[in-house]
This record gives sequence, C-alpha cells and structure tokens, in this order.
Amino acid sequence: MTDLIVSLLAAFAAWTGWRVFRVDSMVRASFSLMLSFVAVGGIGVVLSAPYIGIATIFMMAVEMMVMAIFMVMFMMNPAGLNPMVMVHQHRISIAAGLLAATGLGVAILSTPLPSNPVPAEAPVVAQLGHELLGPSMLIFETAGVTLLATMIGAVILSSRRGRFGAADEGARPPGLDPGGPPAGRRPESGGGHHHHGGHS
Amino acid sequence: MTLIIVLLGAAALIGIGLYGALSQQSFVMLMMGLELMLNGALLAIIGFWSQALGGMPEGQLLAILVMAVMAVEMAVGFALVVAIYRKRQADMTESIGTLKQ
Repeated sequence: MTDLIVSLLAAFAAWTGWRVFRVDSMVRASFSLMLSFVAVGGIGVVLSAPYIGIATIFMMAVEMMVMAIFMVMFMMNPAGLNPMVMVHQHRISIAAGLLAATGLGVAILSTPLPSNPVPAEAPVVAQLGHELLGPSMLIFETAGVTLLATMIGAVILSSRRGRFGAADEGARPPGLDPGGPPAGRRPESGGGHHHHGGHS
Repeated sequence: MTLIIVLLGAAALIGIGLYGALSQQSFVMLMMGLELMLNGALLAIIGFWSQALGGMPEGQLLAILVMAVMAVEMAVGFALVVAIYRKRQADMTESIGTLKQ
C-alpha cells in the first residue's frame, strides 16, 4: 500500500516537474513546480518524516507564490497567450537530462541497497528537535547565520543605489586599444533608469 | 522496494531539472530547473533516511540543510535577476555577453 502511494506521488512529482518546461503560461509553470514539491512533501509524510514533509509543503507554497510574482514581473509572456519557445542548446540539454536520469537509474538498480527502515513508533520529530538543539547545534546555527547573510546580500544586490550613490556612476571601462572607445556594451541610451535614482 | 521507487523518482526529477537548467533562456525558468534538481536531492535524502538509516536524526538534519540551500538559492538568485535587469534591461542569458570581450 505504501509502495503504491509512494510510486503514484513520485510519478506525479516527475510529471509536474516535466510540465514546468512544457506549459506556455509561466504562472502555470510555477504552480506546476509547486505541485511537484507538494508531492515530494507528501512522500515525506508517507515515509514517516512528517516534519520535513509538512515543512517542505509550507515553504514551497510560499516560495512559488513569490516565483509567480517574479514571473509576471520579468517574463514577456506570463499568461502564455502567444506560445513561444525560449530555449537554447536544446538537443544537448535533452541528451544531458536523459543521460543523468538513466545513469542514476542504472546506478540505483545495480546497487545492493541497504534496508533498515524507521521503526514504526519512533518519535522522529522529537529526535529531530533534540538533534537540532543538541549535537548538531553548530550546524543549525550556521544555517541561521547563512540565511541572515542571504537576506542582507539580497537587499544589497537588489537595491537601486548603494550608500554612496550608484555603483558605476562616472565609471568608464578602459578601451581595448589605448585611447580607443570603452570596451563592453552600455545600456542603450541610458535606459532611463538614471532618472529615478532618488534625489536625496 | 520503496527505496528503489523513491530513488528512481529522484533520478527523474534530477534529469528534468538538469534539462531545464541547461536549456532555458529566461533566468527565472533556469532557476526553476535548479529548484527541481534540489527537489530530487531532497526526495533522495528523505528516502534514504526513511528506508536505510534506521531513523538516524542526522538524516532529517540533512534534509533541513537542503531546504535552507533552496531558500538561499532562491533569494540570491532573484536579487541577482533584479540587479541585472536594473543594469542592463536583460532577462535572458543571451543578453549578458559583456565579459566575453
């Protein structure tokens, strides 16, 4: 019974993962990815990891909402009303994906896997809590500091201007030959983003 | 048997994610490919912890670390997308070729 549920959920996760790159609508793509994560969380719940499973579902639901907003912000075609293909090196990518999946599959099927399942009445969530605040506390706290650094880095990277004005104000890349025109491309006609830099 | 099913599903997710990360032109779709690969890794960790480790709590800790990696990848990735879009009006990988020159 467990095997049946797990295989259905795994197939659903793979299918929705595949749908991510097949649908035209970008919002549908991000919700499809969310369904894939929800299926993986469901496998966690079925396989006696309730905390990890539920945490995955909650975290990914929020994350995919953010992703859907970014999709609408950045994509030319968020609703998929006029289908377009935006891929490069398509054949190589298909070959690499198939190679990775079949290689891993062959490795899985040809390896004698150990069998030592979790005892049915083991207090797994309590064990996880004692592990997090006990022997592995340093790892857990390091993850917390990493997340704090991520927050700071994300705010700095995405802010329009730094503490002392725009980072490249007055900067001019050196020419390829002495005295020549600056190397590299500049945004076409200033791009218009210099005008609303904030006059403090 | 359960472990084999779970690991095969994880292998499929990693293959699909690799295809997406290599083939998509838009940054946001590319990040979806990366997320799918991490999803496969998370699935494999859950399977190994549940079926082969006898409930060692370190396995759950590893799953939590993978989830932290997902959050970091997402936040920094979106911040980079915003920064590049502000600088160059670019939302596709083909638009950033400046370092080639």
